[in-house]
Amino acid sequence: MSAVQPAMPKSWYAPSKPHKFCPGCGHGIVLKALGEAIDELNIQNQTVFGCDIGCSLLSWNFFAVDSTQTHHGRTTPVMVGMKRANPELICVGYMGDGGGYSIGSQHLVNSAIRNEKVTLILVNNTNYAMTGGQLAPTTLPGQKTETTPYGRDVEKQGYPTRGPEMIATITPDGAYVARATVSKFRQMKTFIKRALQNQMEGNGFSFVECLSTCPTNWRTNPQQTWDFLEDQMESYFAVGEIKSPFGKGEK
Amino acid sequence: MGNLVRVALAGEGGQGVQAAAEILAEAAYNEGKQAIYIPNFGLEQRGGVSVAFIQVSDRRIGAPKFHKGDVVVALSHRAVERTHQYSGPDTVYVYDTSFQLSPEDLPPEAARVIGIPAVEKAKELSTRVFNIVVMGVVVGLTEMVSYEATRKALEHKLGYKFEKTPELRELNFRALDTGIEMAREALKGGEVIHA
Amino acid sequence: MEKPITGTMKAFMTGNEIVAWAALAAQADIMFGYPITPQNEIMHYWTRLAPKYKREFLQTEDEISAGFTVCGAVQAGRKAFTATAGPGNVLMQEPFGMAEAMRLPIVAVIQQRGGPSSGTVVYSQQEVTLTTYGGNGEGHRIVYSTSTHQEIFDYVIKAFNTAWKYRFPTFVMGDGYQAKMREPLEIYDPEERGLAIEPARPLVGLPGSIGVDREPAHLCNIYSLEEELYEVVLELDRAYQEIAPQVVEYEEKMCDDAEIIVLSHGVVSRAADDAVKTLREKGINAGYFRHITLRPFPAQQLRDAIKKSGARKILVAESSYGQLMRLVRQEIYGETVEICGLLKPGVGIVDHDIFDKVKELL
Repeated sequence: MSAVQPAMPKSWYAPSKPHKFCPGCGHGIVLKALGEAIDELNIQNQTVFGCDIGCSLLSWNFFAVDSTQTHHGRTTPVMVGMKRANPELICVGYMGDGGGYSIGSQHLVNSAIRNEKVTLILVNNTNYAMTGGQLAPTTLPGQKTETTPYGRDVEKQGYPTRGPEMIATITPDGAYVARATVSKFRQMKTFIKRALQNQMEGNGFSFVECLSTCPTNWRTNPQQTWDFLEDQMESYFAVGEIKSPFGKGEK
Repeated sequence: MGNLVRVALAGEGGQGVQAAAEILAEAAYNEGKQAIYIPNFGLEQRGGVSVAFIQVSDRRIGAPKFHKGDVVVALSHRAVERTHQYSGPDTVYVYDTSFQLSPEDLPPEAARVIGIPAVEKAKELSTRVFNIVVMGVVVGLTEMVSYEATRKALEHKLGYKFEKTPELRELNFRALDTGIEMAREALKGGEVIHA
Repeated sequence: MEKPITGTMKAFMTGNEIVAWAALAAQADIMFGYPITPQNEIMHYWTRLAPKYKREFLQTEDEISAGFTVCGAVQAGRKAFTATAGPGNVLMQEPFGMAEAMRLPIVAVIQQRGGPSSGTVVYSQQEVTLTTYGGNGEGHRIVYSTSTHQEIFDYVIKAFNTAWKYRFPTFVMGDGYQAKMREPLEIYDPEERGLAIEPARPLVGLPGSIGVDREPAHLCNIYSLEEELYEVVLELDRAYQEIAPQVVEYEEKMCDDAEIIVLSHGVVSRAADDAVKTLREKGINAGYFRHITLRPFPAQQLRDAIKKSGARKILVAESSYGQLMRLVRQEIYGETVEICGLLKPGVGIVDHDIFDKVKELL
């Protein structure tokens, strides 16, 4: 083992590194932003990190914070129950687009409407990655997946879910809603930090969707991966703050 | 078995059979008896036939529902159909005479069938106390609870209404007496029913 | 904080109302629920009582969420519970499975209604299989089946203690009749009776600084390797078998010389009790055996009763088409006693039914 470790957030759990995500995956970038935000807010000891099933699961021991697992789509109610039971905790749910927008959509929608004081971070990589690259609610029109081998046909599979836009519509004031991208790290970290602050201040529901990469299932090389993220995804899914109690949204 | 008395009260939703059953069960409980009251409940919040099952005994009561009642009271045409199954060879079956029944409408098995003009009598007082008249009939037929305990339970259940409208108290007590009187009349001086 | 109950109070209540009072007395902190008949009044009473004693409630978007919010709340170290029935119990098998896997001390009250599917909203004993062995696990749960209103109060309090003491998901199974009927009972403060209340302990949000005073808690619920899971399940079973003798409960009457043993659970036991007494009065040697815990199952106790009585037959009486009977068959496998059934799915059973059946069998 090398004696020199690369710099990592204090709230990362060193024994679980190097992490288990594929080369080129965006999860590590999102989790780095989250780790730095936890450090800067000094909330490592009161944070509880809950992860969904899917690739998000691979983060279950990523942090040196108390962490828990559940079933596919059920991270939201577990974190809601925890927060309701002990409001002193900072409850962070971490999930993919399938867990949040499909199997767990009723939980996401209703917790947002109830303005639950939890922070949810949803990674949008346009497919069900852990199960082998099937159609996700966020798969782009025409995009090929294992269950749409000829491309997503919007007549048959509908249009991609624009989650933050929906959440912004159904949440009351006090909610924080943003879409970030792993291609803009500093902005993403700002959004995540605000989503944590919003919970700490007890303002309301806090939600950040992070556009992310999945070269394994996209079957793309680094150049193609980045092109798909910046050219295709970011043009379909507008990046920025949609709703913020902290003043005018940053675009 | 420990003076067990089983009563099924059936009427249209809104006729107040559940409230009457609850008062009877409460009266029995207050007298230190064992009592079980179970409402039938279906999908409807309102409407449909409503059946209340009451059992009172000096001893612990077994199953909460029963197949055959000692007294079964049906207060509407539909309630008669619905309660056939609870009438057995030892059952005193009571129906209201305000609606027309042909012999084949009546339950195939009963020790005795009694028609009582509860609706008519209640009209003389107030239709609001119809269920209390019926409750009086059950008390008169079974003596499952004492008169005093019934009055007390009635006071307890409706006391808040009596506070606002004091004449209601007298009205309800008269309804109770009317019902008991009707039962005695129906039994024509015969024995009250003990299981 | 004022206690919800002081001393012993006589009460004449519905079963659902009792559940709410018992949960208060057991020091439950929070209920999560979703409307389904016949358990609704548990929520109705809880939401009226809870704020007076600083307890919480959340009506969730569905039963899946109600179950998972309970799972989250107990991890945070609060006594949490839910109540459901029928199709709601089906949906809750998902969170109940997680509670089983992670040994979360959840408490759920099941007021059985008719099935399959939406069935009736009224009554049955058809949720035995689901509540004892539902989910994709091995049934590492504790299931109490009550038969009187006094027991509803006693066993709801006991369920919280059992759950937090042994850390297995714990169920109190009633039914629509017990939920809706009124019957006299005594309610009391358990501590005044010398019943200790088991403390709640958090699994996350633990005291101390991570990396200084303690390691982070990483609660695991999915495993990479078959062998890892194998070890986990074996350990679950070992722990379960270890506590089972302390948890198992049953009631036995007149089995010493019984020719036939009437076996039942829950509200049907009331009829069985009466029927056996009447049979004895008529000179028929009938015995009574009742499972208070359906999990763990009092198997050895039932085998002992069969052995000492020399009974030729067992009559299983239940408001389901053989769910208890299947449990009995698997648990007393090898006994030569004939197992007969009085199986009436979704309808009540009275003493006459059992009496007549026994006469027919002998």
